[in-house]
Amino acid sequence: MELKAVGTAGTLESSDVMVTLEPRTSGGIDLTLESSVINQYGRQIKAEVLASLERLGVKNAKVIVNDHGALDCTIKARVECAFYRGCQCDMDGRFDWGGVIR
Amino acid sequence: MKNSVGREIPAEALAVELKNGRKYEPYQGKGYRDGKYIKKAGPTTKIYQKPSESKLLSSIREAVIACGVKDGMTVSFHHHFRNGDYIVNMVMKEIVDLGIKDITIAASSLGDAHDPIAEYIEKGIVTGIQTSGIRGKMGDVVSHGKLKTPAILRSHGGRVRAVEEGDVHIDVAFIGAPTSDEYGNARALGGKGDCGVLSYAVVDSEYADKVVVITDTLVPYPNFPPSIHGVNVDYVVKVDEIGNPKKIASAAARMTQNPRDLMMAENTAKIIAATPWFKDGFSFQTGAGGPSLAVNRFLEPLMDAKGIKMAWAIGGITAAICELQRKGKVGKIIDVQDFDTGAIEDIRTNPNHFEMTASEYANPANKGAFVNKLDFVVLAALEVDTDFNVNVITGSDGVLRGAPGGHPDTAEGAKCCVIVTPLTRGRMATICEHVVTVTTPGDCVDVVVTDYGTAVNPNRKDIIEALDAAGIKHVPIKELQEKAYSMVGRPDDLQWKDKVVAILEARDGTILDVVREIKPYEI
Amino acid sequence: MSIPRPKPERFRLRRTMMFMNAQKPGLIKDAYIYGADSIMLDLEDAVAENQKDSARFSLYHALKSIDYGDTEVIVRINGLDTPHWKEDIRVCVAGGCDGIRIAKTESAQDVKTVDAAVTEAEKEFGVEVGRTLLMAALESPKGVLNAYEICQASPRLFGVALSGGDYRKCMQVKVIPGGIEMLAARGHMLMAARAAGIQCFDTVFTNLNDDEGFRAEVKQNVEMGFDGKSLINPKQIPIVHEMLAPTQKEIAEAEKIVRAYREHASEGVGVFTLDNGKMIDIAFVPGAERVIKLAKASGIYEGDL
Repeated sequence: MELKAVGTAGTLESSDVMVTLEPRTSGGIDLTLESSVINQYGRQIKAEVLASLERLGVKNAKVIVNDHGALDCTIKARVECAFYRGCQCDMDGRFDWGGVIR
Repeated sequence: MKNSVGREIPAEALAVELKNGRKYEPYQGKGYRDGKYIKKAGPTTKIYQKPSESKLLSSIREAVIACGVKDGMTVSFHHHFRNGDYIVNMVMKEIVDLGIKDITIAASSLGDAHDPIAEYIEKGIVTGIQTSGIRGKMGDVVSHGKLKTPAILRSHGGRVRAVEEGDVHIDVAFIGAPTSDEYGNARALGGKGDCGVLSYAVVDSEYADKVVVITDTLVPYPNFPPSIHGVNVDYVVKVDEIGNPKKIASAAARMTQNPRDLMMAENTAKIIAATPWFKDGFSFQTGAGGPSLAVNRFLEPLMDAKGIKMAWAIGGITAAICELQRKGKVGKIIDVQDFDTGAIEDIRTNPNHFEMTASEYANPANKGAFVNKLDFVVLAALEVDTDFNVNVITGSDGVLRGAPGGHPDTAEGAKCCVIVTPLTRGRMATICEHVVTVTTPGDCVDVVVTDYGTAVNPNRKDIIEALDAAGIKHVPIKELQEKAYSMVGRPDDLQWKDKVVAILEARDGTILDVVREIKPYEI
Repeated sequence: MSIPRPKPERFRLRRTMMFMNAQKPGLIKDAYIYGADSIMLDLEDAVAENQKDSARFSLYHALKSIDYGDTEVIVRINGLDTPHWKEDIRVCVAGGCDGIRIAKTESAQDVKTVDAAVTEAEKEFGVEVGRTLLMAALESPKGVLNAYEICQASPRLFGVALSGGDYRKCMQVKVIPGGIEMLAARGHMLMAARAAGIQCFDTVFTNLNDDEGFRAEVKQNVEMGFDGKSLINPKQIPIVHEMLAPTQKEIAEAEKIVRAYREHASEGVGVFTLDNGKMIDIAFVPGAERVIKLAKASGIYEGDL
């Protein structure tokens, strides 16, 4: 599974986070993080996003995270959804629940 | 030096000079200055012996000049016009245009309407801020260390004390008024932008050396009964508009439909009804925020069920409490501020709805304010910690964005102080280990109601017994905090620089906490 | 970190089943605080067609990381006439929800189709086969007419629910105070459920400003014999719980029956007489036990049974 196009998921509502993944061929992960709770949770949000990307096997991408106080479970869900959308896979296809999605 | 709520008060804050030479002390606990004596400060007043027709001047600029405003002076304002206020910005513009600098603004509160002041702070023209509320751009620049001296943040009662005791001396008070006569008798009704009462401005009119009333509606002499008495007023200025009437008085705050707020409000009402003070003739104050306001609605059936009435309600007044009074369930409403058009309409016509001064409301240093006789107060909070300390001033980013208002005054005064707040807001844990800033000390807070359960201050054995007897569940506050952290994760500590940007005064004039300059966050 | 959930109980108390959009993080993070017996995280109508994928990711992580405590967690999946339902079932089972609500059920075969897919998913994700419960929503006259066969279609099935919106559309009727337009459907479905020995739930009441109308409908539900009701707003929960709560008289009677039965059962006697002369046999016991359970859940039982 590989990022082919820009993938976006989530909203700008309170308790949600909007994640955009943009494929690139080199240069690693370039993370731009904005958050309404950045002073208290910026470190944890960054760690959660990077861990999800690693599970999904994303090595090179521009990543934009615009957070409005999402919990970790929501952050994971939005990163994964953005990724699979960027991979342009079937939205009703068989996803790897409990595998890379966990 | 650590104060009694465990906050380190740095020497630099304790060394801040007060006008009367009084030395700052760290907070020593509830009721610390009770029974002590103070000598009130008096203003210098000009003698107006010869008959004269009018105190009218043609512009604010003329008034600034006539009052002799000069470098280093303190000017004051009130916040009855809330986010509709034009007065602060109009007056400060003239002062700045005249090249006057090193100005301290001593306002009863400041808000989003006053963003232009941020620029004067950055330019070093405004060098001191004393207020209850600080928000918006002003909160931002002060939190980033741009104000030359630490801002001093006080409760409404604490401000009156500070002025009367002489901690702060007001050189010139600029008092916006919905109506005034040419001799300065000013009222909050009958104009284009009525605000109902002028309670917070009374102390300014009595203790400032010079007093200017600014109005957009001149009325024939005598404008009686006045909130601000002409005998205290030097000049009157008529302007086109004192503020935006739509923002001065908002439409009645709609009763929240948020199920979480409603659930908390209902539980709060049940808790109030389970305490020994819920009996015929009780007294009550509630805030205008969603869940606090909704408590009114749930209290009513409980009062009916017990066949009791409320003797009086105080505070910031909303249409909700006026309506309860119209149903015959509240004796008197004693008003220090109006939050909506319903409340303003009510004070215009209702003989049992009275205006009081901020001193009568909450001053800890007079001979007994209303808050001392209050049974219940229901309040909101940004954060509450496991020692029951409350923060209503700094956000989760450490930036100033709130106001202690009457919170610390009513909390200390009331027999039963209930804080209503959701356990988390977004990812912010409202019930936390340590609040960012202590604005109301935990020794004044009795009950905390959240959507995940209720905690009672262990010092209040009487309330615990009452709730147990009524079968109302409560848990240690530590349990609520742990639940919150289990959901949102443990927050990282905020990063600060050394500079003290604001001093949080307790209502008795000791130091409760300080706010330091925020360090920009880097991941 | 994964929150372990106990094995779902097929016939537990389900007075209130509250719908929540599975896509809204602010809602699902703590939907249990309002005290509903069950929450229904919705992948169907509440989720826009182009957000079905996103809702599944939210659902999966919510199921895995949020401690819903004693609250039952049901997921409403998309209809069998959509391309979504198969993946919905996989995520439900992988996430470990307690039960699945089948939308627009029209026949026993619909239930069997879902049952088979659930079994397959349970095997795939290493979940005990049979753990995941089912309930069937009847949303059309055809579904209602086939209620009895639907009710018997799977050992996973704990109940049937009526879905009024679609049913009324099919019947070309609108909402009528008193519910005459739904009377036949409600009655038929109740009979089918009782005959099959499963639970039965009434449809949502959507006018949130009409407290009186809501109370009247709940009263009718109670009198007709529904086990519970689907809800759309937390403020409806305490009303249903209050109206379903047994009276002190009913509790006392139930206590007597249960106690007497326990005494006599140990002596091997199946029929006995209460102190008021009433003849009681074993058929009365489940009803009495249900009353005690309801009383406990309503917080009004102070006895020791």
